[in-house]
Amino acid sequence: MKVVNKPFSKIDGKGLVEGKPVYTDDLAPKDALIVKVLRSPHAFAKIKKIDIKIAEKVPGVECILTYKDIDRVPFTRAGQCYPELSPYDKFILDEYVRHVGDEVAIVAAINEKAAIKAMKLIKVEYEILEPVLDLEKADGHLSLVHPEKEIFSMADIGFDRNRNIACQVKLELGDIEKTLKECDVIVKGTYSSQAQAQGMMETQRAFTYIDTYGRLIVVTSTQIPFHVRRILSTALKIPESKIRVIKPRIGGGFGAKQTANAEFYPALVTLKTGKAAKIIFSRKEVFIGTNSRHAMKFNVILGASKDGKIKAIDMIGLSDTGAYGEHSQTTIGAAAKKVLPLYNKVEACRYYGKALYTNHVTAGAFRGFGVTQGTFAIESAVNELAVELNMDPLEIRNINMIKKGETTKLLNMTTKDWGNRPMYMDSCMLEYCVSRGKELINWSEKYPRQKISSTKVRGVGMAIAQQGSGLPKIDMASATLKLNTDGFFSLLIGATDLGTGSDTILAQIAAETLGVDLDKIVVYSSDTDLTPFDSGAYASSTTYTTGNAVIEAAKNMVDLICEHGAKYFHVTKDDILFDGANITNKVTRKFISLGDFSKKITYNELFTQLVATGSFIPEKNVTPYMAGFAEVEVDLETGKVEVVEFVGVVDCGTPINPKLSKIQVEGGIVTGIGLALYEEVKYDSRGRLMTDTFMEYKLPTRKDIGKITVELAEGYEKTGPYGAKSIGEVVVNTVAPAITDAIYNATGVRVRDLPATSEKVFLKLMENTFK
Amino acid sequence: MISINEYATPESVEEAYNLLIKKRNNVVFGGGAFIRMGSKNISTAIDLSKANFNYIVEDENTINIGAMTTLGDIEHSPILKKYFNNVLAKSVREIVGIQLRNIVTVGGTVYSRYGFSDFITGLLALNTNVELYKQGNISLDKFLEEGSRERDILKSISIMKDNRKAAFSSMRNSKGDYAILNVAISNLNGKYRIAVGARPNRAVLANKSMEYLNNNGFSQKNAVEAAKIASEELTFGTNSRGSNIYRKQLCYVLVKNTLMEVQGYED
Amino acid sequence: MKIEMKINGVKKYFEVSPDEYLVDTLRNNGYISVKRGCDTGMCGVCTVHMDGKAILSCVILSAMANGHEITTIEGVREEAKKVGEFLVSEGVEQCGYCSTGLIMNILYLEKCIENPTDEEILHYLNGNLCRCTGYSGQLRAIKKYLEVKNSESSE
Repeated sequence: MKVVNKPFSKIDGKGLVEGKPVYTDDLAPKDALIVKVLRSPHAFAKIKKIDIKIAEKVPGVECILTYKDIDRVPFTRAGQCYPELSPYDKFILDEYVRHVGDEVAIVAAINEKAAIKAMKLIKVEYEILEPVLDLEKADGHLSLVHPEKEIFSMADIGFDRNRNIACQVKLELGDIEKTLKECDVIVKGTYSSQAQAQGMMETQRAFTYIDTYGRLIVVTSTQIPFHVRRILSTALKIPESKIRVIKPRIGGGFGAKQTANAEFYPALVTLKTGKAAKIIFSRKEVFIGTNSRHAMKFNVILGASKDGKIKAIDMIGLSDTGAYGEHSQTTIGAAAKKVLPLYNKVEACRYYGKALYTNHVTAGAFRGFGVTQGTFAIESAVNELAVELNMDPLEIRNINMIKKGETTKLLNMTTKDWGNRPMYMDSCMLEYCVSRGKELINWSEKYPRQKISSTKVRGVGMAIAQQGSGLPKIDMASATLKLNTDGFFSLLIGATDLGTGSDTILAQIAAETLGVDLDKIVVYSSDTDLTPFDSGAYASSTTYTTGNAVIEAAKNMVDLICEHGAKYFHVTKDDILFDGANITNKVTRKFISLGDFSKKITYNELFTQLVATGSFIPEKNVTPYMAGFAEVEVDLETGKVEVVEFVGVVDCGTPINPKLSKIQVEGGIVTGIGLALYEEVKYDSRGRLMTDTFMEYKLPTRKDIGKITVELAEGYEKTGPYGAKSIGEVVVNTVAPAITDAIYNATGVRVRDLPATSEKVFLKLMENTFK
Repeated sequence: MISINEYATPESVEEAYNLLIKKRNNVVFGGGAFIRMGSKNISTAIDLSKANFNYIVEDENTINIGAMTTLGDIEHSPILKKYFNNVLAKSVREIVGIQLRNIVTVGGTVYSRYGFSDFITGLLALNTNVELYKQGNISLDKFLEEGSRERDILKSISIMKDNRKAAFSSMRNSKGDYAILNVAISNLNGKYRIAVGARPNRAVLANKSMEYLNNNGFSQKNAVEAAKIASEELTFGTNSRGSNIYRKQLCYVLVKNTLMEVQGYED
Repeated sequence: MKIEMKINGVKKYFEVSPDEYLVDTLRNNGYISVKRGCDTGMCGVCTVHMDGKAILSCVILSAMANGHEITTIEGVREEAKKVGEFLVSEGVEQCGYCSTGLIMNILYLEKCIENPTDEEILHYLNGNLCRCTGYSGQLRAIKKYLEVKNSESSE
């Protein structure tokens, strides 16, 4: 390997740290109209009257749109391949508002001041309806979050509007009732996790204009440019051919930008006025007007034999999808499908999950995507089982977890089009991850607890997790390579680098396959007019899916070069060797450098442009694994939990770029620490999200995280690009269950609902004292 | 979001005061960090930065801090470092980030009597006076309790250099968050002053607890008892950062631990 | 209202509204490196220097900056580049959106404390949030940067 598995720096890094104008707002035309959205103050209401007459008279106002001006077209904002697994339950504007922050009207003006002034002057009379605010009572509630009959689902996802059900997922293997009866030990628990905010630093934003050809140009900070094109086409009722979506650099996404949010409003304004328009979401709008992680609640029953063999897992999941159902099916599904296979030796397992509509802010995609929530439930339950059996949590993992070369029927049941042949996890390094993590955290010495002082005690805890690498037979990617004069290549990709460095690692893969240096690859991403299709940056897919597409494109390019080399030397293709530097006629030993060749075939001979494209669709369920170990210190008087150290050992196959992979792990762990300890989500009794700014909603700071220790296992996935699997999401999942188990081992207090704030831990400590 | 029609930078406090009383919705603007969270319509924002209120000076008996001094200045002041075991710097250290502390002003914080303030609690444990343009000198505890009787301008605060030992502590979830509760305690020759803030209401003195200690003297046992008394005598509220029950417990723990810390400075 | 600021050493005059924030005045006039992150003074993305001190440009009104000196990345290109190289070489610029604000605060830290301890580095940078990196690599990068800088200056 010359270029892959090397710690190159991000190719765009220098430009970013120097503050180059590369993000959406940096590129917007100065005269763009400023677009603002008037948002609902009520959790659930019907607009009785909306009067824009006075607002329209504000000088500088160019257009105000209400639901009366919008074609009533149901669609989904979820960035998924078509037909989406999310219900078509959203209108750009509607006479109903379904959460505090739902859109009521769109205002565009020549400046922000005028837009805000006009927004305040729109008079709305609401008929306030009884909101659905309790997830447990949503199914069967007298209020229907979606009373309108015209919404529907493209795919059969168990959508049932009349019961506030967005979707349902069922999974069953073996005879669960019978197996549970045969178990020596049963552990039951209810585990819930909050609607964590993605918290990317750049909020959602977009600007739009009409180009010379009369087409709508949408420049947007998105993870899913191609889906945005399709979604806009549906919602605005204009053909996809009339829309071009351009993605500049993105200031973080973490799933937030896997749902179209900002694009509709400037697009409508531009279509209406013919003028350029721009919207920048405020931080508060991100909280109340976009999406978060799905808050989920699981009832888990584990059955095991006395000697620690897990025989049965029964799991029921409830997911709060909020007012709209984006990504509801795929997340509540993933919560089981990408968690249960960890315990492949069970005799039976059963899962029923449903996502319910409430009048909360809509949930969506967030790094970990349901697996994070499901892992918290299952891993917490397994840790509780270990306590019940008086067994070391590592021992119970060693007995039950999936190991290299093993499989489970669940993988057949949950992998589209794979069929019945066993799907072996050949590259699984989970066993190594657990044993290495044990050493790094010094488990043998520290488990379960160490007393530090009369009021401080430390404990350790652990968890394991997996994820996927792209979605088999659903999400495809492609890449195009173009040979330029002077012998360098343009790599055109629809994949979207969220800051992770995917442009860099895809360039590394292209360079490796072509046999050239990294600086011979120029990356361009992403523009629906110029770059080939890619489903987008989600589902841990870019390295694996797009990476394989890049290899395919590069192989095709090598083939093309050889084919044209043969024409150049007047020999057959078999007589040509291309080694990245030169094209050689094997017979005569004559050669020409790639640089000269590219010039010759452009200016002097053959007169042709070499372009090669490759596409890839995953077939196998390719799973990265991680073992996470937490050491925490708990103050017994206040319940305050400090992370002393978190150790993560990750199996991502062979990393294309070990440096950037490591940062993925460190970042994911800190997001997990936020989920576990700090990022509390609170609603008031009327359904208003109270934690709607960074003042109230607390991302962990750099003083909150303790020591983070990361290692990558040396694995190899044969279907992956140069042995790679994904890494972006798996790294979040172990953190919360490991931390809550460490808290338990330190204090005997088990937190089953996240986050484990100091107050929660304190109150439980009190309960235990009085027991 | 606030809106402001006019912006004035008067060069004297008289000028500022005359502007202030001219209209109901004229407002003295400190650093503006917290005002901006509201949705006020301000007619004239009055900026005191040109009225020479940015100073920390000491004379024979007092330390004087001008209203436009920032919390960042407090944190790094060589003068404040010499007194009260640097308690004032310690009280502001945990407030969000250095960039915000370089903006938030002493006057804006104290005049607004913000309940969440760590700095006010630190000041309250000391012998602190507030100097208002119209009403003159008022003790900080009285000002916190009663507020300003009329619209006025806080010019400065003064702290008696009485050689107290002092300590500050707070409890917060994330270290970028505001305190769930904070406590500052000073000891001057066996006389204790115990201030508790972020209850979440504004800081107050725990008088009964102070009296108990002053009568019975310090011992580990008495510290525990004093902490109990403080947590019993004060009222605590519930907000998104914590419940009244939890705050009561924190009051007990923080008063106890802070008393121990102050006592440690005596040796 | 008319205001005057010395931005990156150059005197500039702007017509601003009294409730305009410095971040907007700067961005509207070409200082695009300055970014807006949270609107509540909590994230540090919009950090610039005013009279040599790190402040948040989304909290300060442009009117308050009247008559003051403002420094953005554009005014400390060389210094910023050096810090930036260390961030990039550790892989912790990531999305880059918070990098300029972070770098401005690192430059302020450097000015305030010559040889900061880990604890002091974390203390000074606590107001700079980052969701991508998990912070640890940034600490590694900053320590390496300071080490190299100090060894260069002692030569």
